[in-house]
Amino acid sequence: MNLGCVGRIVLPLLLLTGLSGCSNFEPWVKPYERARLADPIMALDSDAISTSYIQHVYEAREGARGGEGAVGGGCGCN
Amino acid sequence: MVKALLAVAAAVIRQMMFRRISLLALLLAMASIAFAGVLPDDRADVLYHLYDGGGVEIDGPSILVRKKAGKSISFVGNYYVDMVSSASIDVITTASPYTEERKQWSLGMDYLRGNTSMRINYVSSEESDYDAETISFAVSQEMFGDMTTLTLGYTLGDDLVRRSDDPLFQRNLDKQSYSIGITQILTKNLISTLNFETITDEGYLNNPYRSVRYFDAGSALGYSYEPELYPNTRTSNALAVRARYFLPYRAAIEGEYRFFTDTWDIEGHTVSLSYIHPWRDFTFTGKFRYHDQTGAHFYSDLFSGSEATNFRGRDKELSPLTSYTFGIKAAYEFFSDDGKDWGFLKKATVTASIDMLQIDYDDFSDLTALASLGNEPLYKLDANIFQVFFSFWY
Repeated sequence: MNLGCVGRIVLPLLLLTGLSGCSNFEPWVKPYERARLADPIMALDSDAISTSYIQHVYEAREGARGGEGAVGGGCGCN
Repeated sequence: MVKALLAVAAAVIRQMMFRRISLLALLLAMASIAFAGVLPDDRADVLYHLYDGGGVEIDGPSILVRKKAGKSISFVGNYYVDMVSSASIDVITTASPYTEERKQWSLGMDYLRGNTSMRINYVSSEESDYDAETISFAVSQEMFGDMTTLTLGYTLGDDLVRRSDDPLFQRNLDKQSYSIGITQILTKNLISTLNFETITDEGYLNNPYRSVRYFDAGSALGYSYEPELYPNTRTSNALAVRARYFLPYRAAIEGEYRFFTDTWDIEGHTVSLSYIHPWRDFTFTGKFRYHDQTGAHFYSDLFSGSEATNFRGRDKELSPLTSYTFGIKAAYEFFSDDGKDWGFLKKATVTASIDMLQIDYDDFSDLTALASLGNEPLYKLDANIFQVFFSFWY
């Protein structure tokens, strides 16, 4: 592993840990205003088993790949 | 238990790539970060999939089970099978129809602490002439009043490419992926994501069976075939933005755009639009997807002669093409835990979908048309993709 690879991981990690300290931030969409976002029809990946299959099909039939699987977290609706 | 599983992951990493010990140490250090969030629901899915088009039929099951263990850990396992029966245009023109089977299983774990979650996943895929092992890590942090979720991901893959007709043939392929994603609540009706992913491949990237076509005046057809030869490295970047909006009458629309580019000179644009409409116990989804890409710099439908260029390929997936998908999906919730006594079961749904895929190739001739050299029509692919699955929440 070269320094470039380390930097690509460490720098965002430092950013992540630094931002996690911003606990006094006042959200402009309050938790009690997120009922619609918590509706199942707003789930960005409601059926993971189906999404991974169809992405596999597209990767086999097209030359492009990636960019669709990084988000594993929720929407903060709960 | 967490430490034990991390130790298992560490052993797999060491086995896959000895030189990346420093990365492992870094990822283990992530586990000690002050963390938070919500674990995924306990859920099981049983899916049947069928792809039918272009002389290829691929079907099989997929089973996904997820279960929490305590308040901070969730395990997930998947078993997936592709049963392939292929008489595609590539096979018809240069080889013989074949059948084969690919089996894939995966095990993963989510660990939640505070507003941070960490995910580890291991995937193993086996077929008669190709083995792949992949391990991936991701860490997510909710911040800014839980309006923003930042996710960092890393994936390491170790593939082994073989030939069914040559037991001595064996080549390695290493893959790495770095990703960063942000999920952002924008308004009380609008949520969006932004993802960026870099993937690097190093090793044997050819399809060992595929051939290129070159002009050969001495041949009765006017052309002959020789094996493909790809570069040994490929690096790609993809940037995707997606947004979903809650409509005033309880329905949703979603739009997505992805830009793709790589060191093989493929540049792609993908756009999709979905509409989600619930009605009683049903949820209907309609989707249109459009994809357009340029071809790889070493792609040619017909090379000027044998070994005319340093690298050469006639893989239609690497050619300039445009694809269109129309999809419809219907989900029916046939059980919900509203006073009925179904034991541990909370909810159950059945979902069916069909996606109609059409691909227009801009520079890939249909040699099955038996036209004279230079007059072959361009190839078009039509495929139907069916899925049926049952989902159970418990």
